[in-house]
Amino acid sequence: MTVLIGQLFTGVSIGAVLLLIALGLALTFGQMGVINMAHGEFIMAGAYTTYVLQQVITAAGWSLLIALPVAFVVAGAMGVLLEYLLIRRLYARPLDTLLVTWGVSLILQQLARDIFGSPNVQTRAPQLLTGNIALPGGITVANNRLFILALAAAAVAALTVGLRVTPLGRRIRAVVQNRDLAAVSGIPTARVDRMTFFIGSGLAGVAGVALTLLGPIGPTMGTNLIIDAFLVVVVGGIGQLKGTVIVAFALGVLQATGEYLTTLSVAKVMVFIAIVAFLQWRPQGMFTLRTRSLA
Amino acid sequence: MTTVARDSRTVVDSTPPPAKPAAGPSRHRFRAAAGFAFGAAVLFAVAPLVLSDFRLSLLAKYLCVAMVAVGIGLAWGRGGMLALGQGVFFGLGGYAMAMHLKLADAGPGNMPDFMLLYGQLDELPLWWRPFASPWFALPATVLLPMGVAFVLGSLVFRRRVRGAYFAILSQALAAAMVILLIGQQGTTGGTNGLTDIQGFFGYDLDDPVNQRMVYFIIAGTLLALLALARHLMQCRYGELLVAVRDGEERVRFLGYDPAGVKLVAYVVAAGMAGLAGALFVPAVGIISPAMIGIVPSIEFVIGVAVGGRATLLGPVLGAVAVAWARTALSERFPGGWTYLQGLLFVVVVAFLPGGLASLIGLLRRDEGKRRFGWLRRTRCPEGQVSS
Repeated sequence: MTVLIGQLFTGVSIGAVLLLIALGLALTFGQMGVINMAHGEFIMAGAYTTYVLQQVITAAGWSLLIALPVAFVVAGAMGVLLEYLLIRRLYARPLDTLLVTWGVSLILQQLARDIFGSPNVQTRAPQLLTGNIALPGGITVANNRLFILALAAAAVAALTVGLRVTPLGRRIRAVVQNRDLAAVSGIPTARVDRMTFFIGSGLAGVAGVALTLLGPIGPTMGTNLIIDAFLVVVVGGIGQLKGTVIVAFALGVLQATGEYLTTLSVAKVMVFIAIVAFLQWRPQGMFTLRTRSLA
Repeated sequence: MTTVARDSRTVVDSTPPPAKPAAGPSRHRFRAAAGFAFGAAVLFAVAPLVLSDFRLSLLAKYLCVAMVAVGIGLAWGRGGMLALGQGVFFGLGGYAMAMHLKLADAGPGNMPDFMLLYGQLDELPLWWRPFASPWFALPATVLLPMGVAFVLGSLVFRRRVRGAYFAILSQALAAAMVILLIGQQGTTGGTNGLTDIQGFFGYDLDDPVNQRMVYFIIAGTLLALLALARHLMQCRYGELLVAVRDGEERVRFLGYDPAGVKLVAYVVAAGMAGLAGALFVPAVGIISPAMIGIVPSIEFVIGVAVGGRATLLGPVLGAVAVAWARTALSERFPGGWTYLQGLLFVVVVAFLPGGLASLIGLLRRDEGKRRFGWLRRTRCPEGQVSS
């Protein structure tokens, strides 16, 4: 029983990381249909932001707290720049955004290598987040994992509320559901696109800050994460945050269970097979917006 | 989709624009045959004369990449399926060949050296054993990737998973395969892969004469694959494939099965990638996860995009040019190549979606008129498939 709950928590914490890195994608890929391969590099930018801030602010707790909004703005600004320079020309052909942004990601990786050097760097975690909490029944829960879980929950809550309540959120949803009608109704769609991209990319930056608590920061960290994040959004379904949330945790638990029963590599393959099997059942992902489109 | 047909024709056979009386089929065939003869002359006579042994073996490597590109041109350029995981099929072919050559090197009854080193295995793993026979290993280099592509493709296409979903899934397959290979170090060589391959069916690969033979085999295979791709593109099936790319639902309404049409192109592309991987092994002497993961899989695509995805020769020339540029530039500026590669992706795909091949056609058509207007009117050869 203890083992089971321990594994469950491992799964949930993997899921929280997945959710955090997939959340921004759920907005830019799920809502806007743009396949941003540079999303992983925005995560990296968030992580390096934490690292840079820590060179200036030595108290690890403060630097982490300050890094969260700063990384959001840094990554968000990168996203807006990318949207303005390239992506807005490509809304009509989403598959090509994949290749273009992959090129951008190559450039950003090399830039990181030239600025920070190829070897990975490390940040110091604040004292508060290094220990474990012992729960009754002999289960220990790592503080940093708990923090990431809370951060993911907060991000989901903020995004949900933001999309539902704020005027910008309403506009985003309107543009996603029917771009032409939204434009006719006087919504500045180009500006809304840019804001959506700012928020989506900013969330990648926040994910980057969280990832500094788990491991080293390096120029290629984004590449390894991006595929998992895309899979979460694909399986979750387009345009639905709840799908992203459920699938992130489901894949996390599946991964943890598989890892426990076999090995890490076999578990990865298991997850892939599970995804293909799932898409047999629901090819459009877990939740979809109903449309009458023929495509 | 007249643009596509026109573009491909101008590049493949350099037929004049269709405003003039169209060339008859026999003339078409004659031009294609002449093109092939020219290509064969360059590959078999000019290149070996001009290039040093070292450069020739590099060219052999590029030509392997070009074989993968022919398949991608078929699946992506003609079929609209952005297959980002071609590294998987390249790897399956490569590993099948390398396993056989490793076993042949070790001699009957012996195990490859790395297994004793990492695996501490007492005997050859069961799934390695059939590869000792060339009668199993050689067909496997093509059939294994085709089988995997068939299974994944029929699952995915029947359920109408397409576009970005398909691209991401094929990419995830590459990621999963690399993780699996690295994880099973004892039987796959892990990160190192299968290295230090000495012989090729009894011939010593260190001997430059034999390397030259390998080059000729590769060049001949590439030409054969090009002929196959040309046939597939020109026959009725090719029309259907383009039709599925540009309007899958409409093709379905006409009574065809789009899933089957796409499956054929995807499986053929996988077979080509497998063959390329198999021939890459004797040319380079190594196959490892670093050559088949997400990054190399996407790099296969860039050559195709640069050359012109919807044409026959564009992918080949693009792949060779990009691979050559990579070697030439990374020798001089190790970091700079990555920037340039990134820029290539961005500039070509965003501003010249038809690749360099379309540039020729565009310039020709616009001669004397708006000399600088061509950039703005660049059209996506994919038509509406991407929406």
